[in-house]
Amino acid sequence: MTPAIEGSPFDRSTPVIDVTDLRVWYGTTRGAIQAVDGVSLRLSPGETLGLVGESGCGKSTLGRGLMGLLPAGAKRDGQVLFRGRDILRMSEREAYGLRGTSVGMIFQEPLTRLNPLMRISEHFQETIAQHEPDLSKSEIRERALEALRLMGIPPTRYRSYPHEFSGGMRQRLMIALALVLRPAFIVADEPTTALDVLVEAQIIGILNDLRRNFDTALLLITHNLGIVAEACDRVAVMYAGQIVEQGSVTSVFGKPQHPYTRELLRSTISLSTTGLNYIPGSPPDLIDPPPGCRFHPRCPDAMRVCAGHDPVQTVRQGGGSVECWLSGPDELIPPGGTERLEREEIGVADEA
Amino acid sequence: MPTKPDTALSSPRQTEAVLDIRQLSVHFDLGGNLLGRLFGRGGGRVRAVDGVNLSLQRGEVVGLVGESGSGKSSLGRALLGLAPISEGSIWFRGQDLATLSGRRLRELRRHVQMVFQDPSAALNPAMTVEQAVTDPLRIHGVPAGERRPRVVEALERVGLSPVELFLSKYPSDLSGGQKQRVVIARAIIMDPAVLIADEPISMLDMSVRAKILTLMLDLKDQLDLTYVYITHDLASAKFFCNRIAIMYLGRIVEIGDTNEIFENPRHPYTRALLAAIPDPDPSRPKTADLLRGEIPDASRPPSGCSFHPRCPVAFDRCGWEPRDLVATLEGHWLRTSPSTYDLERSRIANLDDISADGGSETVLRPSTDASPTDLVALLSEVRREDQGARFWEGVDEISEEPEGVRVRFHSGEDPVLRRNGDVEVACLLY
Repeated sequence: MTPAIEGSPFDRSTPVIDVTDLRVWYGTTRGAIQAVDGVSLRLSPGETLGLVGESGCGKSTLGRGLMGLLPAGAKRDGQVLFRGRDILRMSEREAYGLRGTSVGMIFQEPLTRLNPLMRISEHFQETIAQHEPDLSKSEIRERALEALRLMGIPPTRYRSYPHEFSGGMRQRLMIALALVLRPAFIVADEPTTALDVLVEAQIIGILNDLRRNFDTALLLITHNLGIVAEACDRVAVMYAGQIVEQGSVTSVFGKPQHPYTRELLRSTISLSTTGLNYIPGSPPDLIDPPPGCRFHPRCPDAMRVCAGHDPVQTVRQGGGSVECWLSGPDELIPPGGTERLEREEIGVADEA
Repeated sequence: MPTKPDTALSSPRQTEAVLDIRQLSVHFDLGGNLLGRLFGRGGGRVRAVDGVNLSLQRGEVVGLVGESGSGKSSLGRALLGLAPISEGSIWFRGQDLATLSGRRLRELRRHVQMVFQDPSAALNPAMTVEQAVTDPLRIHGVPAGERRPRVVEALERVGLSPVELFLSKYPSDLSGGQKQRVVIARAIIMDPAVLIADEPISMLDMSVRAKILTLMLDLKDQLDLTYVYITHDLASAKFFCNRIAIMYLGRIVEIGDTNEIFENPRHPYTRALLAAIPDPDPSRPKTADLLRGEIPDASRPPSGCSFHPRCPVAFDRCGWEPRDLVATLEGHWLRTSPSTYDLERSRIANLDDISADGGSETVLRPSTDASPTDLVALLSEVRREDQGARFWEGVDEISEEPEGVRVRFHSGEDPVLRRNGDVEVACLLY
């Protein structure tokens, strides 16, 4: 079942990426880690979806899964349609052709993705030649300078080496390299985490320009809720491999319906923070997650039904979807299920 | 009607200084090593910390806030003797830590401890929690028999209880928050007076950040600690600190009570930092005007005010110099097509040499197929097209000469920290 994307300004167009019930798991000696467990989401052209959650919630695995960039040994199941074609059922050759030209990825550590012995110009030549071998060197240069310009890197730097760039410039360079082939869909995995506030703000500005100018669909993976509020149209909150709430940023952050979203917002330290809040305990072991709602052991509002029954996806007030028994459907809750769940106190021994 | 005395006065608290830092500089020489010579930077010097004065009052939390390269971490490390002190002094209990050495220094240094950013890197993966927290006691010669109870007490203080559950665990068995608690336990076990915390929560998940800050606040009260909180995160500094020092390229550019810094920021850099903080509240207005560029190379700081190339309100006296002309041309070429860039760039013979020029004037030389008149026309075009650029404020004269175009800059001044209201700020505007 694909969730509705009400609350988004992009309902009109057909999705660039349409994910249905994606599962990704890794085999270990202790059993299978269910890193992504039944995720469905959609992105329209020009739309930015923020994917947030704690470390280990599966958000990076989900991003890589959409690119077909999973480590050997990872198994996946479900459907990832890119403009109607299922990426998961493509041959490796087809998927390779798609990456770069149609889908692109921006990683957290730019320096590790650049070859220190290659000039910036050579990085562009390599990237473009792989996908468009017919372009001449001057055409490549023109395309590259245009991509650099959009990132605020002057053409005088075209022949520089990566080490001559600052951290923020390298990240902009990575975005320029990802953009030069004009992909329709980009996954950016914590693109600003290693950067300072000012450079981070510059990058967010650039990502905002990007979707306005090119109608690029962007999946922005981050743990920083502030960045989501600044840069995204919609947000999906992930917990223990599942999306527990998604909808427009204004609605989800303004009126969170899932207790996890609410607690995550409350534990974020922002300029308006007057008291410190945190979520007790830590995310569950994905080899043996708790039964029922996976958040119930940490949830301040947990009811008896939450400990035994998987929550059902419902339409949120204000658009989007939420998986939480507090949002219903009431008719599926067994008698007595709404009583408060009694449990032991969570100590530091279980802390994240 | 009697009113309550106003306790929120922002004047510095009149208590004793725990640590008094005077004119402290940390310089790293680039000339002496192979790498420096290899890149032709022989003789260069990075002024990581450049003449900082800071007095820590007992019981306060002082934030050192700035971008990477601002010198905040070098300053913190210098306080522990982990960075080379070139000049200045650090007064602690009547002695200067900067000049002490050997046993005397080691004895005093146990009173100043550090909490690092990455708890995984700060803990030896082959040592159990008990070994890690015992280590400082062993180093400082606490008799073996007295160690265990102190370790248990420290672990209980940081919330790692029941202690038996943690003593024999290795770092890999612990979550990020638990590891940071171990690091804090190790830092407090010698009963220090000052704790330097360098980005103690930035590697942690947001769900535990607040918890670690809460713990640190509790410990401060229980153990009578004074904190230096090093961070690039202004939001947590606002909550956590009594006073904030904003650092830029090795210097403090603004310092004052936290409320005053946030409510009435003076320095344009402080204002820019505040404007750049992303806020999760969707009803808050979004960041509009962003500061351009990045913190420059500390081995060659800009002349005058080192912030002037990025400053949105810089004026003639801020220290304009030849390399600002190169940056202005580069900014212009960001707005032109590649073919215009190729044409204009080919007319200038010495662009790369100009960026290395110091001094108050430079000559832009035409290439063989261009004339000085072409370059004057280019500069007028750039100036016309980018009306808002601050750079032109600092240009006193552009004159056409046979060899090229001479650009003369207004002489600059290096701002020093001056009192302005309740804060001190280093900016020529004040």
